[in-house]
Amino acid sequence: MAQVFPRSANVLVRAGIASSVLLVSVLTLVAAGMYQSPLVNSMKIAKAQPIPFSHQRHVGGNGMDCRYCHTSVDSSNFAGVPPTETCMTCHSQILTDAPMLQPVHESWKNGTPIEWTRIYDLPDFVYFDHSVHIAKGVGCTTCHGAIDQMRLTHKATNLYMGWCLQCHRAPEKFLRPQDKVFDVEWKAPRNQIEEGLRLVKENNVNVGQLTNCSICHR
Amino acid sequence: MKTNTMNAAEFTSQGHWRTLAACAACMLALMGCHPDMWNQPRFAALQKSGFFTDGRASRDPVPGTIQYDGQRRPWKSAVFEGISGGQLTVPSIMDDTFYTGRQGEGFKADNYFPVSAELLARGRERYDVTCTPCHGFAGDGFGVVTRRGFPNPPSFHIDRLREVEDGYLFDVMTNGFGRMYSYAARVTPEDRWAIAAYIRALQFSQYAPLDTVPADVKEAILNPQPVVENPADSSAAHH
Ligand code: HEC
Ligand code: HEC
Ligand code: HEC
Ligand code: HEC
Ligand code: HEC
Ligand code: HEC
Repeated sequence: MAQVFPRSANVLVRAGIASSVLLVSVLTLVAAGMYQSPLVNSMKIAKAQPIPFSHQRHVGGNGMDCRYCHTSVDSSNFAGVPPTETCMTCHSQILTDAPMLQPVHESWKNGTPIEWTRIYDLPDFVYFDHSVHIAKGVGCTTCHGAIDQMRLTHKATNLYMGWCLQCHRAPEKFLRPQDKVFDVEWKAPRNQIEEGLRLVKENNVNVGQLTNCSICHR
Repeated sequence: MKTNTMNAAEFTSQGHWRTLAACAACMLALMGCHPDMWNQPRFAALQKSGFFTDGRASRDPVPGTIQYDGQRRPWKSAVFEGISGGQLTVPSIMDDTFYTGRQGEGFKADNYFPVSAELLARGRERYDVTCTPCHGFAGDGFGVVTRRGFPNPPSFHIDRLREVEDGYLFDVMTNGFGRMYSYAARVTPEDRWAIAAYIRALQFSQYAPLDTVPADVKEAILNPQPVVENPADSSAAHH
């Protein structure tokens, strides 16, 4: 039988295999990089808003509690963004002529809602509930970062499944006492694990169950 | 022999790389895609909708709807259960005293709930969240926003406000008062009663008769020591 492959084919096949492996790993790295990149998960990127609302000013500066504006956060799955009326409780008296607050006054006059740009948005196939996290001692800043220092709100985490799971596997690393949940200055104490384990027990957190797929994908 | 098998050199030099590259490009493109499961055809609260002229997906109740949920609701909330110590039955949705603070011609003189540590604790928490930006933690009317030009509310520690009924305090929260907006949408009726009870406690704290004070504290009040001003406080006052 005649020789089908020339001698050089051996080298070519090896080179082919090697470069395929290389290509696949480069692609995987690029993909992983993209997955972690803010370009894909928009982490740490502040988004433009119709009004440059600043948590730094209102929470950091005025010392306001989250619940003044996000009223339903401890009673429902939805934290809610405040209606215009909430802004007007103060801004009917202060900064009434400021151009940057014009959209608030217009919205109040015309009854048209302010269209805030969403920052945190889970896919629709994931179930999430604020109130259970609040009730069991997960603080706002654990998930939303140092919001009292943000001029414009940005995402502090990537909201990937792995991020939810790193806590659901070991909530004791993050839990805090009930009266510190809304505290933006809370820092984990040195004996966090010990404290956390105590809170896990005290709050009846069912750790074994928290990684079941059906908890989040219902 | 004539075969269909390709020479390896031909294999790699032909379409192979292009196929691989095309596959890779597809995979990269797909990663950025959010297929339908990501944004399912349903609306979440506060979402936008092109269907209605006002652009909101959430609808208001039709005019004339009698409110059943939220303000007047015929079931006990966990908070109600807690602050009533499980003692009271849930008020009927027709119970105007519970929902308006009024009784007969005037206001209900005392609290709707029996005063307890739970009631005051709840009232304190809600007062601190909702009222302190303007009224201040002590109820003196020097909340933090008044330093930024917000008009000072009256202090709770004046005779007129010491003498008003609990039902009146409830009414101010429910309907607003002058430049103060209504808090009915943000504070449930049971929480408004709890806040009213806490304001009473605040007032008492600043106006307690001397013989209710424990003996050792009384001594300190009658013979006050000169106060050394805290430097941290005085520098804060300049901001
Ligand atoms: C004065 C009212 C006010 C207070 C107080 C306030 N917020 Fe907000 N919050 C807003 C408004 C308005 C928005 C929408 C604009 C934006 O995203 O910045 C918002 C947005 C957010 C978002 C992003 C929502 C999204 O679009 O996904 C988070 C998270 C948040 N707030 C958390 C907090 C936390 C935590 C606190 C307390 C430490 C707090 N807020 C206190 C008014 C307030
Ligand atoms: C409890 C009172 C209060 C409420 C409620 C409130 N603000 Fe403010 N806001 C303030 C104060 C105080 C300032 C600072 C004024 C100054 O610097 O003179 C301020 C400043 C601002 C500014 C000016 C820019 C800045 O960062 O200093 C904007 C914009 C603003 N608020 C938007 C809003 C919006 C939107 C809402 C409703 C979601 C809102 N505020 C609700 C008290 C309030
Ligand atoms: C366990 C993590 C976690 C904690 C704790 C948490 N949040 Fe969130 N928050 C989220 C996630 C996840 C979303 C996105 C929800 C979605 O897309 O359905 C979100 C969304 C929001 C939004 C946007 C509106 C909404 O409800 O979707 C606001 C406002 C908000 N959070 C405020 C708060 C405040 C205030 C607190 C503290 C009282 C808090 N969050 C505590 C994870 C958390
Ligand atoms: C910092 C810790 C932490 C993070 C981050 C966190 N969780 Fe949780 N989650 C908890 C704790 C604690 C509970 C309470 C468990 C219990 O009651 O047994 C809980 C409960 C839940 C429940 C309710 C379970 C039930 O029994 O009804 C859901 C759903 C949930 N989490 C979804 C999520 C999702 C989705 C994310 C990510 C977007 C997330 N959580 C991120 C700590 C966390
Ligand atoms: C603590 C909550 C939580 C639990 C438990 C959980 N998931 Fe998820 N899952 C998420 C979140 C959040 C996302 C969305 C991630 C994103 O936005 O990319 C997700 C996404 C997914 C996706 C979509 C693929 C993708 O792009 O990431 C699949 C598939 C999935 N989960 C499968 C599972 C399976 C199987 C289990 C059980 C072993 C599970 N999940 C348990 C929160 C959870
Ligand atoms: C945004 C600032 C602001 C907040 C928040 C606020 N108030 Fe007021 N309040 C005022 C102002 C201003 C007045 C004086 C109104 C006037 O005379 O025009 C007032 C007046 C009052 C009065 C006296 C009424 C009278 O007869 O003189 C009471 C009682 C009162 N508030 C209770 C509350 C309670 C309880 C809360 C919390 C649920 C609250 N306020 C939250 C600004 C506020």
